[in-house]
Amino acid sequence: MTPTSDKMTFKNATAMGLSRDEWNLITQRLGRVPNLCELGIFSAMWSEHCSYKSSKKWLKTLPIDGPQVIEGPGENAGAVDIGDGLAAIFKIESHNHPSFIEPYQGAATGVGGILRDVFTMGARPVALLNALRFGEANNDRTRHLVGGVVSGIGGYGNCIGIPTVGGEVNFDKSYNGNILVNAMAVGIANSDRIFRSAATGPGNPVIYVGAKTGRDGIHGATMASAEFSDETESKRPTVQVGDPFTGKLLMEACLELMASDSVLSIQDMGAAGLTSSSVEMASKGGLGMEIDLDLVPAREGNMSAYELMLSESQERMLMVLKPDATETARAVFNKWDLDFMPIGQVTETGRLVLLKDGETACDIPIGPLVDDAPEYDRPHDETPPRPQLASANIVTDSPISLVLKSMLSHVDLASRRWIYEQYDSQVMADTMAGPGGDAALVRVHGSNRGLAISTDCTPRYVEADPKTGGAQAVAEAYRNLSAIGATPLAITNNLNFGNPEKPEIMTQLVEAVTGMGDAARFLDTPVVSGNVSLYNETDSNAIQPCPVIGMVGVIENVETAVGNGFIAAGNHILVIGQGNDTIDGWLGASIYQQHFGDNIIYKPPPINLAAERTHSSFVRQQILAGKINAAHDISDGGLAVAIAEMAMKSGLGASIETPDSSLLHGWAFGEDQARFVVSTAYDAALIAAAKDAGIEITKIGMVIEDSELKFGDGDTISIEEIIGVFESCIPSLMAG
Amino acid sequence: MTLSALRVAIIVFPGSNCDRDMMVAIEQLTSRRPALVWHKEASLDAADLVIIPGGFSFGDYLRCGALAGRSPIMNAVLDHAARGGAVMGICNGFQVLTETGMVPGVLIRNAELKFACRNVGLQVCETLASPFTSELATNKNLILPIAHNEGNYFAEPDELDQLEGEGQVAFRYTDSSAIGPPNPNGAARDIAGVISSNGRVIGMMPHPERAMSDLHGGNDGAYFLLKSLEALVS
Repeated sequence: MTPTSDKMTFKNATAMGLSRDEWNLITQRLGRVPNLCELGIFSAMWSEHCSYKSSKKWLKTLPIDGPQVIEGPGENAGAVDIGDGLAAIFKIESHNHPSFIEPYQGAATGVGGILRDVFTMGARPVALLNALRFGEANNDRTRHLVGGVVSGIGGYGNCIGIPTVGGEVNFDKSYNGNILVNAMAVGIANSDRIFRSAATGPGNPVIYVGAKTGRDGIHGATMASAEFSDETESKRPTVQVGDPFTGKLLMEACLELMASDSVLSIQDMGAAGLTSSSVEMASKGGLGMEIDLDLVPAREGNMSAYELMLSESQERMLMVLKPDATETARAVFNKWDLDFMPIGQVTETGRLVLLKDGETACDIPIGPLVDDAPEYDRPHDETPPRPQLASANIVTDSPISLVLKSMLSHVDLASRRWIYEQYDSQVMADTMAGPGGDAALVRVHGSNRGLAISTDCTPRYVEADPKTGGAQAVAEAYRNLSAIGATPLAITNNLNFGNPEKPEIMTQLVEAVTGMGDAARFLDTPVVSGNVSLYNETDSNAIQPCPVIGMVGVIENVETAVGNGFIAAGNHILVIGQGNDTIDGWLGASIYQQHFGDNIIYKPPPINLAAERTHSSFVRQQILAGKINAAHDISDGGLAVAIAEMAMKSGLGASIETPDSSLLHGWAFGEDQARFVVSTAYDAALIAAAKDAGIEITKIGMVIEDSELKFGDGDTISIEEIIGVFESCIPSLMAG
Repeated sequence: MTLSALRVAIIVFPGSNCDRDMMVAIEQLTSRRPALVWHKEASLDAADLVIIPGGFSFGDYLRCGALAGRSPIMNAVLDHAARGGAVMGICNGFQVLTETGMVPGVLIRNAELKFACRNVGLQVCETLASPFTSELATNKNLILPIAHNEGNYFAEPDELDQLEGEGQVAFRYTDSSAIGPPNPNGAARDIAGVISSNGRVIGMMPHPERAMSDLHGGNDGAYFLLKSLEALVS
């Protein structure tokens, strides 16, 4: 039956972000012009956000397999085996555009959305993390955005009762007009009780549960697929509004129902709401779906078919139930005071048929909606080679302690306490290590096993050399997990880039994905889920590229994990992965260069994947053997910053032997990769083990009772003094 | 009576999120699993201790604890308290207790207008006879986590004078090794926890159930809960 009324034209399609070719394809597949509702559905499904049309070709190159993988990309979230018959289920997702327009709600619904992705799979969420990028720190707009985003993340996570255990944040002017808000959720499920989204069984009831549908977030996925301009303010109505209380009820109701034998398939209504959930469920099942839109619980009257299908109201789910399970399910949702409404059924037609006011409002074949979604091989080039910064050209002979103090007040190194203390990091009482460590550690409830989790990316490296930067994000996450004693298992990624229609941006994407894929393959950490966020530009200024890695690993016994604070005076401090003679550390693209150097983009530190794997494995093994009692990966700010952080964490000091040179800044602040600082009571055994494994190791000093850092003879600074600058930087920036 | 004979009931509202954590904590100390009681229940089985856990009951909509205070189960909790039964309210539970008048005062937004999750130092105060403080070493300092947005204890000065005079202040925020100002929320006279005039009801902002072992980074929560449970047994 052909839907009547409101015949659309190419002009309407353009307004929804579709190209001439895409419009032609739609009319060809339908054999007629679509109506408003149908065009809206095509435009949402073919948006960059839902279709990955610019990135798909390159995402296919990422490694996705491994013996640990239970569910790879394509479902609501990825799943890996963590032993004991359990699976860790996790994903990261961006909410960049909404958060810039309306920071509190944008960030809050980002958290709510990623949590739904995880509990939709049957997992109880146990941890939240995030990756944030803001513009210049000393800027009123940035203050407004940081304040709103942080309280929005906390507002949702704290209320729903899932701990926010880690994250990362950087500040750079390229994010002035386009911040990044990526939220990651991790859950745990029984491996044999994972729920998927493919619809099954023609005739089975399709059930709508959760909150009512309103006029918020309409066509949000399409907004998220366009560049920003000065007119962005007018898009505020496309931002969704979160309700973490309803989210909590929905989570409990879904998990309670999933424990019974009632649910055949389930999909959350995220981007593109009822459209993507119904289309994806039908498409994956190779079936059709018929929905009576008059039955959809609505918050307001007179909502059109277009509005009902494109609304991104939060806290909603679509389920296919076993035919005889409807009353069981209804009782569960009644208990939690949530809407529960059979709105249609699975069909054999392969078509999405929508009824409204007794008429057919939409009748389109699902195959073309999904399979014919465009896939582009957008033009790209090669990133120009960058000059290498010679350390001698930038270093001075000022004392390490003074430079260190200055570095620790750099906004990209300073304490994040002002941010993470606004997150409940402890609810569920299984957080063994929360924010501020190398990786977060969350105990698997009721056992000694732990999940180690970290989010990482160094955008300045990616900008300088996307391939190296893409690999470095994986390597740093791998080090972070290893530094607490955990074995990395798999990753989720969030690819944040500018407009892919520009060859230089597409180049960043292609090269970063290549580097990320190489590293993930070599380190046996396949990509099991992810998200792509493109068009992160305002008035044609692109962001620093930011392909974020969220990595999950496992440790058998949380009691064997270590932290990154010194343990006892008299312990030895060693560097793993660095020889005695390393004086010219790598300062190109370092925080030191940012802080003291020019604005030239230099070559970032190279990545040696074999060294990453060997050194991380060694650290992990020695932690588990009890031979290392504290470990910290060396990253932003280099060796001296890593040592300072270990000291500040513990209140204990350190006496460090410096190489024999008057120009030590490369040694102290260079960002050469694949290195760790560790402390131990067993220095001889550790050195012998490293030599046996062919790993460079250098004893550089001792942990001391005095609360001060000593670099060689006569260069001393108190821990209290560096804590002062480290802790006051962000609070004072936020105070304005 | 032994600890394992102690009957503990934990009230669960929609939006409670520390109910499981408290259940695990009590079971760790008593080897007996507490009962979880859904808020729609109209009656309460005999209990030696009723705990109202932390969380965001009813989303903290209207006012923290206001809607929970009017849930069906609260009549039974009020009856239990009127009979001299012991009640402990943690964080959102403290807010519910002030909303129902079971302990004096109110809890308003943190002075810095931000959610605060961190460790705080607590001084154990000298109080009137109460199972929640009688076994604690007076003036001992504890370190416990807080996690709240509305923990700023407020009462009129004469009311505060009376509370102090009667020995109803159980805990005060105090200096500790934790980073940050000792009083995390602007609470009047640094009050972190109060007890009722008969000593049988305690409301407190800090979360003892999150400090149950070295793996949590501290076990002062286990100390406080165990001493309370032991006092209730004896």
